[in-house]
Amino acid sequence: MLDFINKIFGKDAGSSGNVAKERLRLVLVHDRSSVSPEFLQVLKNDLIEVISKYMEIDEHTLEVNLDSNNENQVALVANIPVKKMKRGVKGAAQ
Amino acid sequence: MGEVIVVTSGKGGVGKTTTTANIGAGLAGRGHKVCLVDADIGLRNLDVVLGLENRIVYDITDVTVENCRLKQALIKDKRFDQLFLLPAAQTKDKTSVNPEEMQKLCLDLQEEFEFVIIDCPAGIEQGFRNAIAGAERSIVVTTPEVSAVRDADRIIGLLEAAELRDPMLIVNRLRPKMVRAGDMMSIDDIIDILAVDLIGVIPEDEMIVVTTNKGEPVVMDNASLSGHAFRNVVSRLKGEEVAFLDLDEQGFFSRLWKVFGKK
Repeated sequence: MLDFINKIFGKDAGSSGNVAKERLRLVLVHDRSSVSPEFLQVLKNDLIEVISKYMEIDEHTLEVNLDSNNENQVALVANIPVKKMKRGVKGAAQ
Repeated sequence: MGEVIVVTSGKGGVGKTTTTANIGAGLAGRGHKVCLVDADIGLRNLDVVLGLENRIVYDITDVTVENCRLKQALIKDKRFDQLFLLPAAQTKDKTSVNPEEMQKLCLDLQEEFEFVIIDCPAGIEQGFRNAIAGAERSIVVTTPEVSAVRDADRIIGLLEAAELRDPMLIVNRLRPKMVRAGDMMSIDDIIDILAVDLIGVIPEDEMIVVTTNKGEPVVMDNASLSGHAFRNVVSRLKGEEVAFLDLDEQGFFSRLWKVFGKK
């Protein structure tokens, strides 16, 4: 019902027009930066390697992507679910 | 010296040829001497959109290989005596013309015409490179879809790399009702993403189909909204300031009133 009302007023952030804009924005961040999927995969592997020294992370749900802010500045956005902190790492026990 | 403008889009089927035909006819209707060049070699269509398909004798490659003189290949429109078409070759491919030949052709046409408008093929390969080689300004046509806007972005990048700066954007086939319902990207959304100057918004209109069926540019049709939108594009190309059509106001009843000549 709420969806329906939102649709009438065209203010729904999840409306297909907004979904289109958001998808387009993300795809253009990649197109314009000419970063290949392989490049991101290599970066992802390196990130996993480094972060794994300090904490146990969920490699399967980890996401690394390019995004942009309002000023069209490209940002590297990573969502890295942590399973457990590792003990005995230098600096971690303080 | 006239001005050479290329109409391009990247993606096919967004309305490049329709746009080229209507801008050309609109400029000619306002008294300018215009030459339309179909650069889509192998897939020529500008001739049928203009209703001139039965009058082709020579084509663009006949001119570049000097099989005929430029003037022999130009087809004069029957409705506007200031409008001419240089058709594409249908039996050759895009490599039969090169950018240098196109540059020379455009220079020759500039001598004769106030506006030379080039209908670019879809894609970013040789056909695109040929079509933009002799151009000084560019129009990018897109529709409010993710795929078309994405390709437009790519084209804008390539145009800028070729020193064709400040492309002018036309958003074609906009459906105001869907935009209001939030189910289509708005003009603001598209401008926000592409960051270029807007020169036209053409609403989706069945009259485009009807007029194209008959080989008559919709810009000649005074009653249609899309014809009005194309006439506005022509005015803006000439440097006039024209407000964009308030498509929100174009409900069924206000259009009905228009038909009856009331406001």
